[in-house]
Amino acid sequence: MTQAYAALKHSAQERERLREAQPRIRVGTALCGLAAGAGEVEEAFRKELQAKGRGAMVSEVGCLGLCYAEPLVDITIPGGPRVFYGNVTPDQVAELVQSHVVNGRPVAQRALAALGGGPALGIPDLHDLPMMKGQVRVALRNAGHIDPTDIDQYIAAGGYAALDKALSEMTPQQVTEQVTASGLRGRGGAAFPTGTKWRFIAGSPGPVKYILCNCEEGDPGAFNDKGILESDPHTLVEGMILAGYATGASNGIIFIRHGHEGPIERSRAALRHAYQAGLLGKNILGSSFSFEAQVSLVGESYVSGEETALMEAVEGKRAMPRYRPPFPAAVGAWGKPSNINNIKTLSYVPEIIAKGGAWFAGIGTERSKGTAILCLSGSIRRPGMMEVPMGMTLRHALEEMAGGVPEGRHLKLLQTGGPLGGVLTADKLDIAMDFDAMARAGAILGSGGIIVADDTTCAVDLTRLLVAFCQYESCGKCFPCRLGTTHMLEILERICRFQAQPGDIDLMRDIGKSMAVGSLCGHGQLGFNPVQSALNSFADEFAAHIQDKRCLAGVCTGEYLTPQRSRR
Amino acid sequence: MTSQSHALRQTIRQALAKRQDGTVTVLSSLLAVEDAIGYIPSEAIEEVADLTHTTVNDVWGVASFYTNFRFTPPGQHILEVCWGPTCHLLGAPAIVKAALDSLGLASEGDTPDGGVTFKYNTCLGACAQAPVMAIDHQLVGRATPQAAREKVSKLQAPKDASGQGRSVGARQ
Repeated sequence: MTQAYAALKHSAQERERLREAQPRIRVGTALCGLAAGAGEVEEAFRKELQAKGRGAMVSEVGCLGLCYAEPLVDITIPGGPRVFYGNVTPDQVAELVQSHVVNGRPVAQRALAALGGGPALGIPDLHDLPMMKGQVRVALRNAGHIDPTDIDQYIAAGGYAALDKALSEMTPQQVTEQVTASGLRGRGGAAFPTGTKWRFIAGSPGPVKYILCNCEEGDPGAFNDKGILESDPHTLVEGMILAGYATGASNGIIFIRHGHEGPIERSRAALRHAYQAGLLGKNILGSSFSFEAQVSLVGESYVSGEETALMEAVEGKRAMPRYRPPFPAAVGAWGKPSNINNIKTLSYVPEIIAKGGAWFAGIGTERSKGTAILCLSGSIRRPGMMEVPMGMTLRHALEEMAGGVPEGRHLKLLQTGGPLGGVLTADKLDIAMDFDAMARAGAILGSGGIIVADDTTCAVDLTRLLVAFCQYESCGKCFPCRLGTTHMLEILERICRFQAQPGDIDLMRDIGKSMAVGSLCGHGQLGFNPVQSALNSFADEFAAHIQDKRCLAGVCTGEYLTPQRSRR
Repeated sequence: MTSQSHALRQTIRQALAKRQDGTVTVLSSLLAVEDAIGYIPSEAIEEVADLTHTTVNDVWGVASFYTNFRFTPPGQHILEVCWGPTCHLLGAPAIVKAALDSLGLASEGDTPDGGVTFKYNTCLGACAQAPVMAIDHQLVGRATPQAAREKVSKLQAPKDASGQGRSVGARQ
């Protein structure tokens, strides 16, 4: 252990002990919490504590993943269990403060779960909640537990130990070897082996090389990138510095969409604090390794999440993909060698280095190692975010953990892997979630977003919406994509208006072929995927719209309330 | 140069001078202006072109690409409704319709009095609370048409009582 790290760790643990000596109230204030009203709940706690004259530490944490229970608050008094209260409203705050904080009696009938001594009070243990049971939390290990704006809490939980270990005991090659041995594959969607990718850039000459961390997360239905940034940004920062050390890079850039204040501010604060602690900048932890990092914001553009478009956006230009070759590892941002990893990929790295590649490779399946970070939304009892071992069946995740579709409804389809990812029908629930099994079933695991649709959904209407998204978000560089998405949308709209023309489906297939061969990036190449996937599974619904002029689900009315402009 | 335009340029220059992230690009400059004043006036295009040593054409090229930029002052309040697939499946179309009807708008845009701007958002980032809308960047989860109508009438009330709660948008 370096002296510098030993000192950081010591002071972080000291401060943690001081915090434990007073009552602590943690409020989940990630986007899901705020949307459910966590801001008002936190305010109510602060006011109530002041009114009662009680000293307690109120801190903001990120997302534990139990989004269905937001606003989620947990209270710990010294020596007592940590008790989680779900769906808290401002008018319940007075009772919680009086009973739990002042009188020291947890309000068992309002409690959702507890850590440390819950069962004695008749409260289930947090890890026994259906949504938590079966999770293996690696990238999310601290999410919902630590204050993301406090670097001490990350360090006290073992943070930056992996960086310290790498800098004091390992060569850059050894770090890459561990990542290769872990079997880690990219979590942005393409599932490329991370260790291999790192070797490409490690071989490129310096002195200036970039590690670009992609947190653009434009896929509707995916919120795990924002979840990590809001809940535990230091795990990303540490992973990014490790990637820099392994590949001999000099600079890191965290790339986030403009507009989400929480994720942006928390990442900026994390970088600031890492600089102050000597974990970024010159001679990190007293070693000879130096690394600089900054946040870069992008405007609203889905395609900017594509790696070469991302580099254009980092340079401040229109986010349009570049031709490859040259590949980013040779000529990337500002013409320098660049390595692009998704935030989830980098967030695994600290634990892989701390525990060894073999440990990570022990989780998951033969060719998909580690965990999948799922975002469940739509028609499901317990929407939220969870980290499960690769290879778990969709059925287990959806039914056992998330509680299935609400009473009286039937599962119709899952839309996975982002808007281009296609749909999976209800009979595919027994496939294992890993990159290859999902691909064989005609879907993409991608970034982990799973949107659940029940029997009130019209498959044709959903396809129209997905294509409307693809049309709206086409960057316009390649005309097969720019015109093809527009034309496909026109056709789908007339199908939904029951005005289909003969040959419309074949026409869409032709357009899809041109898009696949004539587009530079996945947006156009996969642009027909949602239509193809829906046609495979729901041909009868298309036929009903086209031949019988009716919508089986009764959804299509011919009125489209979606932005109808071609933006470029 | 009118005095109004002069004052606008001053504001723009201040916004450009005090931004946080190290690397100055056309895009980062435009985002800084948008954060400060909510839109990109032609004065800003010129200032950004000067600052980044490029042409107004290049700056217009970037500004017109990203859908978050607008070129006229926004309404006093901004109402956004998510049209992503999760929100769509859980009832966003009815919310959009209710909001547009109460605002007297046919689609995206500003009310004639400049009071409210209605916008679609491709994803507000809280899919687990769908359907989601946002009032002045403050998220409202599990939204309903009724909630949309209530929020609109609150926004249109002469002395508006909104503004409690916390913004999740970048605008300060």
